[in-house]
Amino acid sequence: MNELQELYQQIILDHNRNPKNFGPLDDATQQANGYNPLCGDKVKVYLMVKDGIVEDIRFEGSGCAISKASASVMTTVIKGKTVEEAKEMFESFQQMITSSPQEDVDLDAFGKLAVFAGVREFPSRVKCAGLPWHALTSALDGGEEVSTE
Amino acid sequence: MSVPTTSAAQKSAVFDAAKVRADFPILQELVRGKPLVYLDSAASTQKPRQVIETIDRYYRAENANIHRGVYYLSELATSKYEAARETVRRFLNAASTKEIIFTSGTTDSINLVAHSFGRAFVNEGDEIIISAMEHHSNIVPWQMLAEDRGAKIKVIPMNDAGELQLDALEGLFSSRTRLVAIVSVSNSLGTVNPVEDIIEMAHSQQVPVLLDAAQAVAHAPLDVQALDCDFLAFSAHKIFGPTGVGVLYGKQELLEQIPPYKGGGDMIREVTFEKTTYSELPSRFEAGTPNIAGVIGLGAALDYVESIGREQISTYEADLLAYGEAKLAAIDGVRIIGTASQKAGAISFVLEDVHPHDVGTFLDRQGVAIRVGHHCTQPVMDRFNIPATSRASIALYNEKSDYDALVEGLDEIIKVFRG
Ligand SMILES: Cc1ncc(COP(=O)(O)O)c(C=O)c1O
Repeated sequence: MNELQELYQQIILDHNRNPKNFGPLDDATQQANGYNPLCGDKVKVYLMVKDGIVEDIRFEGSGCAISKASASVMTTVIKGKTVEEAKEMFESFQQMITSSPQEDVDLDAFGKLAVFAGVREFPSRVKCAGLPWHALTSALDGGEEVSTE
Repeated sequence: MSVPTTSAAQKSAVFDAAKVRADFPILQELVRGKPLVYLDSAASTQKPRQVIETIDRYYRAENANIHRGVYYLSELATSKYEAARETVRRFLNAASTKEIIFTSGTTDSINLVAHSFGRAFVNEGDEIIISAMEHHSNIVPWQMLAEDRGAKIKVIPMNDAGELQLDALEGLFSSRTRLVAIVSVSNSLGTVNPVEDIIEMAHSQQVPVLLDAAQAVAHAPLDVQALDCDFLAFSAHKIFGPTGVGVLYGKQELLEQIPPYKGGGDMIREVTFEKTTYSELPSRFEAGTPNIAGVIGLGAALDYVESIGREQISTYEADLLAYGEAKLAAIDGVRIIGTASQKAGAISFVLEDVHPHDVGTFLDRQGVAIRVGHHCTQPVMDRFNIPATSRASIALYNEKSDYDALVEGLDEIIKVFRG
């Protein structure tokens, strides 16, 4: 596989075309916006948190395939997790996508999120994958607009 | 008529694209193992060896500070620097070298006018007219001035083709209008604005006009006296010169009425702790040691353009642009943003179902360099209700095969994304 195929894996293309949990969440308890001023990507993450557990999560926005797929996959892995677990997942995901492509990371530990390892070869695209996660942590902390800059 | 330089005298009647390409060393480089297809000249142009060698020679054999030494090298550097000013004067057909001020670029030139013209002429309740397709550098300085002085900004609207609506401009003038600041050629839409008409309308109201010619300079002849513009700004790096240097042209009678911009060395006649008197034009606006190598490099770049011939460049590019536009428009799902009747340099487009950022990454891996994003014109993106565009922009060294490579790349992307 070349680097482009690595970046745009079928799973990413599928999530881009048919994102999961896309659209507003009417009974959201918190929400936050993410904005990448470089490319104009915008994402809004809605959460319904009850007793420390993310019972529901949805997102809206416009963006590139990477940020949209990242948001879509993120919603599927976060649903049902505790707030603490969600924050830990953000930390390790962020660490993985910002690591050097030469670095050995245990991709199996990332499950569905492993498909985003391809962005490591594309420094200008790392922010795209990270954007929805930044919005997620901001929403977990109460919500406010975050920017990738 | 000015005396033709050697290079201008060598000008050939026909445009020799292969010869032009051979002048640009970077076009011989491989990028990611592929020949470079450079379609981002609106962001910055590549440099011909004539410019590279001039700058190289300056640092190897001619370097010294200017306007102060009494020794050989300083006099040499000074005369080269001032010769470049004369080259710019001739290039713009300005009446005098006093009207040519070296700055660090278009942005700096516009800020100079916003600051100095603003201090002299813009007061509370006054108005500045700009347009809906300005680059941020022709918006933000005016907003800063407006905030500072309690002035107002008015905006000439544009239609869906990306053309300014001059009938609406008529109604924007008032007794409080102090300046019209307008882009000659839009960097994000490619629109060539009818600046002659705008200048005529403004002058009939006794309002001066600043032209942001950042995109205009490299594509067609420019004559400030024929245009009768009051200020004109451009950057060397967009016309095959180095970064970090630019020009502000201003009519002498206007420049004489506005205060200096930056204070420091070179712009003074006499300094005491009680009072400083300022030097004459143009050095009054050139405080501190300027970008000497950059200015000399700019002179070489303009000589280069003249040696090719601006009419020839304009004709060649018009044909090339029409080819590119037709090829792009023929792709299923491509929508061209900016369909003005007069265009130059840039074609912006969106591809259905594929975000410009993905387009840019794909093309990059095929050795095709285009720009994706809002192109420092966020209000233009809002006007067309899109977050970003992909933009392919040309200069005199591009060829039809560059557009062919772009189209091939887009076909690949469509295959991957539409599945
Ligand atoms: C129309 C226009 N105006 C102004 C500028 C700013 O030029 P610079 O960044 O060289 O100051 C640009 C460059 O992007 C431009 O395209």
